[in-house]
Amino acid sequence: MKPEVSLRETYGQTLLELGMENQDIVVLDADLSRSTMTHFFAQKLPERFFECGIAEQNMISIAAGLAASGKIPFASTFAVFATGRCFDQIRMSIAQPQLNVKIVATHGGITVGEDGSSHQSVEDLALICSLPGFNVIVPADAIETARAVEAAVTTHGPFYIRLCRPKSQLIYDDDYRFKLGKAVTLRKGKDATIIAIGLMVKEALEAAKNLQAEGIDCRVLNMPTLKPLDQAAIIKATETGAIVTAEEHLEHGGLGSMVARVVVQNQPVPMEMVSLKDSYAKSGKPAELLVRYGLTARNIEKAVKLAIKRK
Amino acid sequence: MSSPKKCKLPLTSADSAEAEVFSLSASPAALAAVAKKLRRHIVTMTGKAGSGHPGGSLSAVEIVTALYFKMMRHKPGDPRWPDRDRFILSKGHAAPVLYAALAECGYFPADQLLTLRQMDSLLQGHTDCNLTPGVEMSAGALGQGLSFALGVALAGRLDKKDYRVYALLGDGECDEGQVWEAAMASAHFKADNLVAIIDNNGQQIDGWNRDVMNLEPFPDKWRAFGWQTIEVDGHNFSQLTQAFKKAKQIKGQPTVIIAHTVKGKGVSFMENNPDFHGAAPNAIEVELALKELE
Repeated sequence: MKPEVSLRETYGQTLLELGMENQDIVVLDADLSRSTMTHFFAQKLPERFFECGIAEQNMISIAAGLAASGKIPFASTFAVFATGRCFDQIRMSIAQPQLNVKIVATHGGITVGEDGSSHQSVEDLALICSLPGFNVIVPADAIETARAVEAAVTTHGPFYIRLCRPKSQLIYDDDYRFKLGKAVTLRKGKDATIIAIGLMVKEALEAAKNLQAEGIDCRVLNMPTLKPLDQAAIIKATETGAIVTAEEHLEHGGLGSMVARVVVQNQPVPMEMVSLKDSYAKSGKPAELLVRYGLTARNIEKAVKLAIKRK
Repeated sequence: MSSPKKCKLPLTSADSAEAEVFSLSASPAALAAVAKKLRRHIVTMTGKAGSGHPGGSLSAVEIVTALYFKMMRHKPGDPRWPDRDRFILSKGHAAPVLYAALAECGYFPADQLLTLRQMDSLLQGHTDCNLTPGVEMSAGALGQGLSFALGVALAGRLDKKDYRVYALLGDGECDEGQVWEAAMASAHFKADNLVAIIDNNGQQIDGWNRDVMNLEPFPDKWRAFGWQTIEVDGHNFSQLTQAFKKAKQIKGQPTVIIAHTVKGKGVSFMENNPDFHGAAPNAIEVELALKELE
């Protein structure tokens, strides 16, 4: 079994490594640098680190000013504060002028856990994907996190990268090559396709394995880039006749909605969405919350059977 | 209706060395003449557009004139010259005064001003840095410009460049909490290459500032936030110029210039008249205004 590795810690270390090579990289945080792990950068490269205090709106517009002056700013805080708290600043200071700002948000989804609904970001992907020209990535493991951060440095334009709080089992090997805007086929299959992001990729693989034992052959796609979305991979997935999406986000405006938009405009097939259903979660241990709110391999298996029945 | 002419001036220039630094023999009389031209442009272009924000544009005419025609180092032929001083218009609705100044400096032909707010115009209702040569920031959602300007100032310091950053804010805009986040951060980061200018015309859409949301004691607030705070008559060139020079001298502290102005300044029936915050003069009013500005 592969080890569990922290996506946040990988982000912090990767940012420091890239920052040592590239003088244009600057980092901003809003009093959470020990949690977002930007403190690795802050300790080694303090002159290029800007602690903005608990003022996310200001942080985002400062980042925009730095980007307009040729810097590559990475702005980090928790996902819930990095989007909703400063949406207009992201919209006008970054998206409208298409500035080269990278927002890397940690603590996405409900697996923030015990802190409860105020800290659980369940709307961030809907918000950020609504903005024209944003690149949006939800890595599935630490290795994909490192590759996504590298891609954000080498690709000009606004980025949002959403990381989860818990450590997560590695999906990929060190030689994994991330391609912006491309889905990754983790498992071939012909009876149904499971499309997953973030922590749910691991659950999707487990579900596919369990379903195989029952004679159901599932394709599993990791869709790390939500924007620009890999429409070709989704259209191809319709050949399996049923699609199930899995995400740690509200159904409204999340991965499921985005995939459905492509499916209905091309080749309609039955779909089921494993996601949060129009309500906020509560305090609890991450694993308990995933069970309570229906975000497990077991839920994906049920959804696959439902979708196949509707073929 | 004829479609507006497309302006083909480059947003970036490969031969920036060849573009000239803007200069003017900026005597007070010359500045006053420029100010009058800008006022005529503001009245004419908003009148032609049939909408826009003439009041808060007219109040900022001397501030913008003093910066573009005396204080700032810039190259109209190379709007993205890396060493330029930056002007960030945070009160994006005052776009007409900036457009008028940019046109008079030569960033684009003055006839473009008559395309304001029309389809395919370079000149959007609120500033758009994607379209207009010389516009540094897309604005219109209030409260963001000072933070943006701080980012530009911090980048200048990292790059060891000596450019200065000027941000123009409205007084009503200072209702926005983000302005004070930026005020706190600018002093914290000791951004002495940053100057905020407040166009303190005393009015906002719903009426006088003191009735809508009292800002006083306004200068004390900026002082308490750690800024060198200077109050001037915002229509007096020598006071404005002196304040900008004083701002250059201080080390380790940003400067705010609270410029006391009159909304609609220069046109008698627009002065202190909130009706002209967000409404354009009609044809007759344009004619009357231009007569006053002869």
